[in-house]
Amino acid sequence: MIKKFDKKDEESGSGSNPFQHLEKSAVLQEARIFNETPINPRRCLHILTKIIYLLNQGEHFGTTEATEAFFAMTRLFQSNDQTLRRMCYLTIKEMANISEDVIIVTSSLTKDMTGKEDVYRGPAIRALCRITDTTMLQAIERYMKQAIVDKVPSVSSSALVSSLHMVKMSFDVVKRWVNEAQEAASSDNIMVQYHALGLLYHLRKNDRLAVTKMLNKFTKSGLKSPFAYCMMIRIASKLLEETDGGHDSPLFDFIESCLRNKHEMVVYEAASAIVHMPNCTARELAPAVSVLQLFCSSPKAALRYAAVRTLNKVAMKHPSAVTACNLDLENLITDSNRSIATLAITTLLKTGSESSVDRLMKQISSFVSEISDEFKVVVVQAISALCQKYPRKHSVMMNFLSNMLRDDGGFDYKRAIVDCIISIIEENPESKETGLAHLCEFIEDCEHTVLATKILHLLGKEGPRTPTPSKYIRFIFNRVVLESEAVRAAAVSALAKFGAQNDDLLPSVLVLMQRCMMDSDDEVRDRATFYMNVLQQKQKALNAAYIFNGLSVSVPGLEKSLHQYTLEPSEKPFDMKTVPLATAPITEQKTEIAPVATSKLPEKLAPSRQDIYQDQLAAIPEFKGLGPLFKSSEPVQLTEAETEYVVRCIKHTFANHMIFQFDCTNTLNDQLLQRVMVQMEPSEAYEVLHYVPAPNLPYSQPGSCYSLVRLPEDDPTAVSCTFSCTMKYLVRDCDPNTGEPDDDGYDDEYVLEDLEVTVADHIQKVLKPNFGAAWEEIGDEFEKEETFALATVRTLDEAVNNIISFLGMQPCERSDKVPENKNSHVLVLAGVFRGGHDVLVRARLALADGVTMQVTVRSTDESVVDVILASVG
Amino acid sequence: MTAQSCPRQHCATTMDSTALEPSLYTVKAVFILDNDGNRLLSKYYDVELYPSMKEQKNFEMNVFNKTHKADNEISFIEGMTIVYKSSIDLFFYVVGSAQENELMLMAVLNCLFESLNQMLRKNVEKRTLLDNMDGVFLVVDEIIDGGVILESDPQQVIEKVNYRADENPLSEQSVAQVLQSAKEQIKWSILK
Repeated sequence: MIKKFDKKDEESGSGSNPFQHLEKSAVLQEARIFNETPINPRRCLHILTKIIYLLNQGEHFGTTEATEAFFAMTRLFQSNDQTLRRMCYLTIKEMANISEDVIIVTSSLTKDMTGKEDVYRGPAIRALCRITDTTMLQAIERYMKQAIVDKVPSVSSSALVSSLHMVKMSFDVVKRWVNEAQEAASSDNIMVQYHALGLLYHLRKNDRLAVTKMLNKFTKSGLKSPFAYCMMIRIASKLLEETDGGHDSPLFDFIESCLRNKHEMVVYEAASAIVHMPNCTARELAPAVSVLQLFCSSPKAALRYAAVRTLNKVAMKHPSAVTACNLDLENLITDSNRSIATLAITTLLKTGSESSVDRLMKQISSFVSEISDEFKVVVVQAISALCQKYPRKHSVMMNFLSNMLRDDGGFDYKRAIVDCIISIIEENPESKETGLAHLCEFIEDCEHTVLATKILHLLGKEGPRTPTPSKYIRFIFNRVVLESEAVRAAAVSALAKFGAQNDDLLPSVLVLMQRCMMDSDDEVRDRATFYMNVLQQKQKALNAAYIFNGLSVSVPGLEKSLHQYTLEPSEKPFDMKTVPLATAPITEQKTEIAPVATSKLPEKLAPSRQDIYQDQLAAIPEFKGLGPLFKSSEPVQLTEAETEYVVRCIKHTFANHMIFQFDCTNTLNDQLLQRVMVQMEPSEAYEVLHYVPAPNLPYSQPGSCYSLVRLPEDDPTAVSCTFSCTMKYLVRDCDPNTGEPDDDGYDDEYVLEDLEVTVADHIQKVLKPNFGAAWEEIGDEFEKEETFALATVRTLDEAVNNIISFLGMQPCERSDKVPENKNSHVLVLAGVFRGGHDVLVRARLALADGVTMQVTVRSTDESVVDVILASVG
Repeated sequence: MTAQSCPRQHCATTMDSTALEPSLYTVKAVFILDNDGNRLLSKYYDVELYPSMKEQKNFEMNVFNKTHKADNEISFIEGMTIVYKSSIDLFFYVVGSAQENELMLMAVLNCLFESLNQMLRKNVEKRTLLDNMDGVFLVVDEIIDGGVILESDPQQVIEKVNYRADENPLSEQSVAQVLQSAKEQIKWSILK
């Protein structure tokens, strides 16, 4: 056996690879023979091959040595050996970026591209375009135009593809070749057709009308190339998506007709396009699904893979549409290509009945270790979906997941499992203890800091409320002893929550905290000291404010406020209430198991939408001194979608003022609007202080104008108001082509829809992870209670959704989900009222004929309680 | 002061596909590896995909490790659709995005393999390939240009490249070389 290995080593050594031990310097030395006369094509060819091989292996060439070799190579143009010349073109392309002065070969290449030798012309064009810049491109423009319409297909294709590469750099020049490309599109050669179509689309893609026309023309004339058909299907589905065209449009008919094309490639492209269309009905899906079903039994693995992958996609949204394929999918679960088998099983898990789940899970566990991480993630996603569909199966799933968690795998895979377990715990309270136990076991040996901290956070939140909280302490404290700083810090926070919630555990937690105060990391020590001191006070209110429910301010906002505070020395202590609140509470967002983004880089910590608005508004001098931005609403449309002017409004709330930001778009290409503002007539005692007009509003470039409104101070309960809005502006007609406006214009106005300000605009959502503690913390000083009858509402779900959207507050403790088959429900909401007063709402709902609702409101300010109750009534 | 929840990281490893932007740029990369996973030829057409040589070679190794055992034709690795084919001691790979039409990628792979098969007179193995490396470079250049499929018909590719593999290697090789290569071929047949 050992002997065999030796032989193999010898085998893969220099003996079988003539390029194995190439030395760059030696090769460059050899390149000197390029200068010998007469040229020896054979030897030169061999050396050029070596150079390209080295470049391909990633060998680094310095600029000087590359330039030297490049110049020597140019001499080889004297030889008429075909292969040698072709290798010269390749060398030019490979060296275009590393050598200097590559443009010296321009004239040689131009000669070849216009010469008699057809073999040279295509490759010469491609090499030439690789070294050309915008100015030089104009010099060869004439040749390029000729080449595009050349009757030799390879020349035409080369010119078209090179033009396509040049579009990025010199759009304006290439744009002038549209007519030539158009002519090439009617060529008989299938590749020329395809390349011409691609170039035409890239030149016209910003002009929807032109694209539509082009598509109409080609669908009628009927191209021959299957590649071109695939391209047309993609263009058609993009157009359909952009125009929200109904599925009775000719574009959809075209895509559907492609399902009957004779090329499998086109049929598959069409089926896939239909499947990916948003809001496709089951009837429209049926023909696509049936061709995919046929592909499932193809002998070609790639086709089976493509089909089952697309069916898997369909099954996510329309499981019933795929049931017809169940038999074909069953045949694939033993496919030797494990990727196909996995996709088939996960599809069946989505379409099959509850009874088949156990069997399929067994089948998949037999080969789960053989498949790649990407597919394991698919399996986890399928399980997650399944748990929502059949909650009773959670124990089988949980078992399976915990086994998967023990196997090897990368971060994404582990994260998917952890997310899935967490979502099962959230959906099924009875699975909480087993789930937490599995996660505890996982963090015992987890290399991913992010996952460990996430699980510790969850343990801190859920653990204290289980029947036996003490058993989690050991797992958490083990982390303090064994892990990295970030994990230790998270573990300390989790421990503190156990101490705060469970009085009998408090003494032990304090002892453990004491130990953590001697940690080597300052963050860990700080946390431990802080929690130690809070816990020793034994006050529920303190626990609630500092341990269960952390800061609700936006972190970039806090940073900015603190910076500002240090710049202006003042006697006053820093006031937390001046810091803008975090807009979207991060912690309790529904964990989206199906990831959508495919960006490669980890997402940067982007400033929130509100922080961006804050900066934008602060830049306008009229809006100085309003204090921090409290809340920005979602945009409200004030016009119909297809009107001359499109206006939407974002309402920004400050402590005593509101700013209305009107984002206007002018959709008329023969008008320039100037001094655009929106005049507002309030129905209540709101006072419009300032208008900030948008100076210019050219065609299709959005602009913003603002109105500043003071809120009525004397009557704090006047929270809702209706404004009638009129847009006023100066119109200057202009030439649609050049955009050149006339000298004078005229005033005009445009009536917009009314704008409502409601109680929700005054309340910012805040998440209280532990609502009970927060409720006790505020106390019943300003508690009020009233009962209402919601006659028009028929279900508890509907009532819950109405209340949440009306008050604009954050549902806590997952109380926005109403358990099935219940006649009563308690909804708890938390928020902060404008001015910084916490407000909590508890609504007890009972379903009889209609819904009866008993609302209890608590706040740190009496008037806020009144506002809420008044607005509900 | 509470434990931060997981920063939302998204990697390219999801299989979810959004609508495909119509484009001719179909092929992200193509590479030929030997039976130890060493690169013999590789071209990356998307500069954003694995910009450094190290990342490229890591990717190639990862792909090789996951594909060389079973001849499965298609796989999905690091967020990329990969179609592949092996011949004796060579592995051919064509890489496209997750949303790409798998059959288009297959068309490229088949064209590459068939063209080489013809050019090398059915001896698609490492030694012959390396002996005709210039022709191989030219074939790849004729099939894909900057990620765009330039030609998909092997017959056309062969005509365009117009490359003649060494008819009579004896004339160029010394007797010792011939003996060496004969020895290797025997070794191979024993090892198989």
